[in-house]
Amino acid sequence: MSFFSDVVAFFTSAESWSGADGILIRTFDHVRISVFAVAVAVLLGLPIAVWLGHQRRGAFLAISIANIGRAIPSFGIVALAFPIALRLGLGFSSWPTFVALVALAIPPIFTNGYTAVREVSPAAVEASVGMGMTDLEVLTHTEIPLAMPVIWTAIRVSAVQVVATATLGAVVGWGGLGRYVIDGFAQGNEVLVFVGAILVATLSVVTDQAFAAAEKWVLPQGISSKDLTQVELGAHG
Amino acid sequence: MTEQQFIRWSWIWSHLDEIWQRTVEHLTLTGIAVVVGFGLSLVLSIVALRFRRSYAPITWISGVFYTIPSIALFAFLVPFTGLSILTAEIGLVSYTLLILIRNIVAGIDGTPDSVREAALGMGYTDRRILWEIQVPLAVPVIVAGLRVASVTTVGLVTVTSLIGQGGYGAFIRRGLGRNFATEILVGTVMSILLATLFDYLLVRIENRSTPWVRKKDTP
Repeated sequence: MSFFSDVVAFFTSAESWSGADGILIRTFDHVRISVFAVAVAVLLGLPIAVWLGHQRRGAFLAISIANIGRAIPSFGIVALAFPIALRLGLGFSSWPTFVALVALAIPPIFTNGYTAVREVSPAAVEASVGMGMTDLEVLTHTEIPLAMPVIWTAIRVSAVQVVATATLGAVVGWGGLGRYVIDGFAQGNEVLVFVGAILVATLSVVTDQAFAAAEKWVLPQGISSKDLTQVELGAHG
Repeated sequence: MTEQQFIRWSWIWSHLDEIWQRTVEHLTLTGIAVVVGFGLSLVLSIVALRFRRSYAPITWISGVFYTIPSIALFAFLVPFTGLSILTAEIGLVSYTLLILIRNIVAGIDGTPDSVREAALGMGYTDRRILWEIQVPLAVPVIVAGLRVASVTTVGLVTVTSLIGQGGYGAFIRRGLGRNFATEILVGTVMSILLATLFDYLLVRIENRSTPWVRKKDTP
């Protein structure tokens, strides 16, 4: 079949990999915007979530954010960010994509961060208080370590979702790996579309696996995510 | 185009017909995906419950599907199934599987041992335990899965506008093409409203089918 040999030819040609619109640069851009977006979402969402979970307050807020977050179509947010960015004079930059990615990553991080801390066994908390820990020590020495598997899984879910949604950035004039798919669609070039699909899918799976592998170093000793039952999944890209 | 209003209400009033038509399209795409996805998930969950060893591979495969970005999955399919509703549905269905299978299996498995033992002691057969005790008790968990799956699907349908389908996504795509915020906003807001409606209806169904649960317990 010439279709598949064309796809293989694309991947084996050195030209496809190098240059400003080569696979390497685009992958790098895609990873970079995703890393920044997840980092900003964690900084904005996690501290408040953990604090509210510690206070055992704000359940309604957490549920609402989860529900709203899931109901918002990621494509709509990416698309809306575009005319807004134009109005603000930001033009065809990575800003619309970046802002949309952050907005989409916050709900799963917030909700799971909240639930993770809130669901820490009251017995463990009471034991910590009984041992003379201060309120802050209970949070940092007991609740956060015990909540880490859920928190880490939440970041993992958001990261995968962000990588997926960054693909849509190509629709609003940003680069990244989505360019292959979107340009392919625009030119009726199915080989390019397929190439893009392979790259984006691979990056998503690699991201997911990287987070799974990193668990070893991130989670406190003796705690694993193996017995995690349910983590709130975010809106899908 | 420079100094136009961000929202042009007149556009909305003059396009009510199309908004309605897109609503039907969006509902159809979502409905087919959730119904087919639920049917497929039931079959796979039964397999997983019967043959325990198959649970891990089944969730692993549906997990991989879930991880692949929607646009990439559509792009994979286009060379084979074209810019068709079939392409859209294959993608949409595959995203419901992980959520639904996890919840169906967890729901059935979640029956407390004491309840099972009480039923056994009362002379229930395994089949009756499954259909008269485990399934009814699993309804809240299964409906919770359906809620997440259908709300997610409503949002994902907008992405299928890139392969010529799309429901409300068609507004978003067209609005982007001519930098017309009103149209993008209509597509996005209508999609959110539809998702919320699905969520609300499923909560109602859940409350009806589980009269023994106090209403407060379901958020």
